[in-house]
Amino acid sequence: MTAERANPSGELRNAQDVEANVRQHQEHDAASNSKFGFIVFLLSESVIFLSFFTGYIVYKTTTLDWYPPGVTGLETRDPFINTLVLVSSSFVIYVAERYLHDKKLWGFRLFLLITMAMGSYFLFGQAVEWRSLPFSYQSGLFGGTFFLLTGFHGLHVLTGILLQTLMLGRSFIPGNYDNGYFGVEATSLFWHFVDVIWIVLYTLIYVWQ
Amino acid sequence: MTNISLEAPEAVRGQPYPGAPDNWKRFFTFSTDHKVIGIQYIVTSFFFFLIGGTLSMIMRGELITPDADLVDRTVYNALFTMHGSIMLFMWTFPVLVGLGNYLVPLMIGARDMAFPRLNAVSFWMVPVVGILMLASFLVPGGPSQSGWWAYPPVSLQNPTGNLLNGQVLWILAVAISGVSSIMGGVNFVTTIFKMRAPGMTWFRTPAFVWSVLGAQLIQLYGLPALTGGAVMLLLDITIGTSFFAPERGGNPILYQHFFWFYSHPAVYVMVLPAFGIFSEVLPVHARKPLFGYRVIAASSILITVVSGAVWVHHMFASATPGWMRILFMVTSMLVAIPSGIKVFGWVATIWGGKIRFTTPMLFALGGISNWLFAGITGIFLASVPIDIHVNNTYFVVGHFHYVLYGAIVMGIYAAIYHWFPKMTGRMYYEGLGKLHFALTYLGTALTFLPMHPAGLMGMPRRVASYDLEFAYWNVLASIGGFLLGLSTLPFILNMVSAWIRGEKVGNNPWRAYGLEWLTSSPPTVENFEETPVVVSGPYGYGRNQPLVGNIPNPGLTQFPESLTQQQTS
Repeated sequence: MTAERANPSGELRNAQDVEANVRQHQEHDAASNSKFGFIVFLLSESVIFLSFFTGYIVYKTTTLDWYPPGVTGLETRDPFINTLVLVSSSFVIYVAERYLHDKKLWGFRLFLLITMAMGSYFLFGQAVEWRSLPFSYQSGLFGGTFFLLTGFHGLHVLTGILLQTLMLGRSFIPGNYDNGYFGVEATSLFWHFVDVIWIVLYTLIYVWQ
Repeated sequence: MTNISLEAPEAVRGQPYPGAPDNWKRFFTFSTDHKVIGIQYIVTSFFFFLIGGTLSMIMRGELITPDADLVDRTVYNALFTMHGSIMLFMWTFPVLVGLGNYLVPLMIGARDMAFPRLNAVSFWMVPVVGILMLASFLVPGGPSQSGWWAYPPVSLQNPTGNLLNGQVLWILAVAISGVSSIMGGVNFVTTIFKMRAPGMTWFRTPAFVWSVLGAQLIQLYGLPALTGGAVMLLLDITIGTSFFAPERGGNPILYQHFFWFYSHPAVYVMVLPAFGIFSEVLPVHARKPLFGYRVIAASSILITVVSGAVWVHHMFASATPGWMRILFMVTSMLVAIPSGIKVFGWVATIWGGKIRFTTPMLFALGGISNWLFAGITGIFLASVPIDIHVNNTYFVVGHFHYVLYGAIVMGIYAAIYHWFPKMTGRMYYEGLGKLHFALTYLGTALTFLPMHPAGLMGMPRRVASYDLEFAYWNVLASIGGFLLGLSTLPFILNMVSAWIRGEKVGNNPWRAYGLEWLTSSPPTVENFEETPVVVSGPYGYGRNQPLVGNIPNPGLTQFPESLTQQQTS
């Protein structure tokens, strides 16, 4: 009977096709939608950073006295160590995700904790750097853009750590990650995103002096 | 028989919106049903449309005489700022999101949007934005006076010295509106990409869905740029950074780039869904397939892409280098190609059709004619020499109001009338609808046409008083403005009375061809009792082909004989 319903001129050739197609549609799981939506969100979010980066480039290339009086440039050694820590934490959270994939919760928790520690180290390092700087966000366009970019990125790192804390906490609810773990995937994607943004940011602010 | 249906649970079938009160009260709840949210959006935004319209009529009242005698200049500044902001952020964006919310899942055969709770949160931010905007009338110093574009250094001034001032409230409102729109964009794009019914390939997806996709993609790539600019502006005002403050070395032109990078494409966020509405309404009421459907669908995406590269035409007079002017003049004019494709497609659609001059059809035809006019003055404005001449005159005001009121608001009205029977199960009153159309069309022409000659003669915009030589055109425009205000009365009367006791007309009163007409009116909680399996394209008028493989289409077989005949070869 179903065969009569399917239109042979359409894409769906016969009853089996129709049935398979409907089943597939039915099984559009929420996680697949969520992952797609989250990636779209991150792409959109990256435009905010893009506008800040554009501002930085425009200001730097058009301003005569770029650095505030008494400042010749930025110290790069400590921020470089910070960068190494943050970028490698991307690999650590990937390992954590693999452990979860293999249903090894202890490994997941351990590597997630290491990621959180590395992220916190990064934030701590940034706080130390901020305190040591001889200029403020009111020190011309350089001061403004420096604190805007690093501050907005730092806010994202903090958000990432909070998400990781949440995911760690949820791993103690029995059976929570048995049927998919979109939250962890999203946290991990977010963390990679934050890392990529930092690499661009570091290049713009610290390398291009 | 193989059971392939995805039926709604027995308990809820046929009963609209279970779990929520089955009456008007459901529209005041935190519902996650896209249909309830859609109507919440539409009704809320219409409320703000009336507020924005009232502000504009105070302005037209001021401008009916050359002197500033009704309100003083600061109040006038606040009026046009809030009029523009409310009309864009509180009316046009939300009402189109509401229509998209209601229609897109129905049109693609989905049960709901991809993220229903996110959808509800997106909606409930809209009243918050409205309250923030309106609250700015109550703070010392009154609302922002820097126009809806909030250009620095004007927007950086803070005469009252208060941290909580109209400008800060304005930025917060726009930021929340932006967050709501980005969440909406993620939701729409995911829904359209991932939730289409089986068999609904891209080129079987209705033109309205294509246009919503294009519009929402613009939101996703454009809005964050404005958000970035708004954050920097807020920091300049509140904590004393110097991004856009020229006296502290900042660059106010950069703000214009951020602003227009979003706010020009934002026009297409509004006009693309209106195009989609025209593309849906014309085939139904002319009983013909949409001419050049694939090209019309693709042109929506082309506009989405090109519109990202035209923003500098708002800045021809802002010390923009010559090469940049030429470049952006060319890209701006390129938009005329996909827009023109659509207009020709619509004309060819109604050509030789059996046209029924119903209210939605009248609004669609009126909207298209206005769009044609607005598009042509748009080409004028895209050319650098003419733009330099008419920059910041009423010519510009006339042009964009022809786009916004003439084309977009007309499109919105067309959509509301066209899908009213689907949303309520009842028919609106045709006589009141036609009266509404006549008043709107005349009012639009009388209000916004005179602005063009006034502008060409040199009348500047954003002024509360003007030279005597412009008085004639301004009197005409003011009369037209009051006519437009009057035109909303038959609309409100029609909608309220028809919803309460209009004639019950069944599921498909237009005998229309489209998934949304295959379900009950109003649709049940999960839209379709069986997930439709689409087997043909969306505009099969006169082709006698089924739209879906598993649900009979009673609407098409019940056509009056005169309407089912093949219209053209």
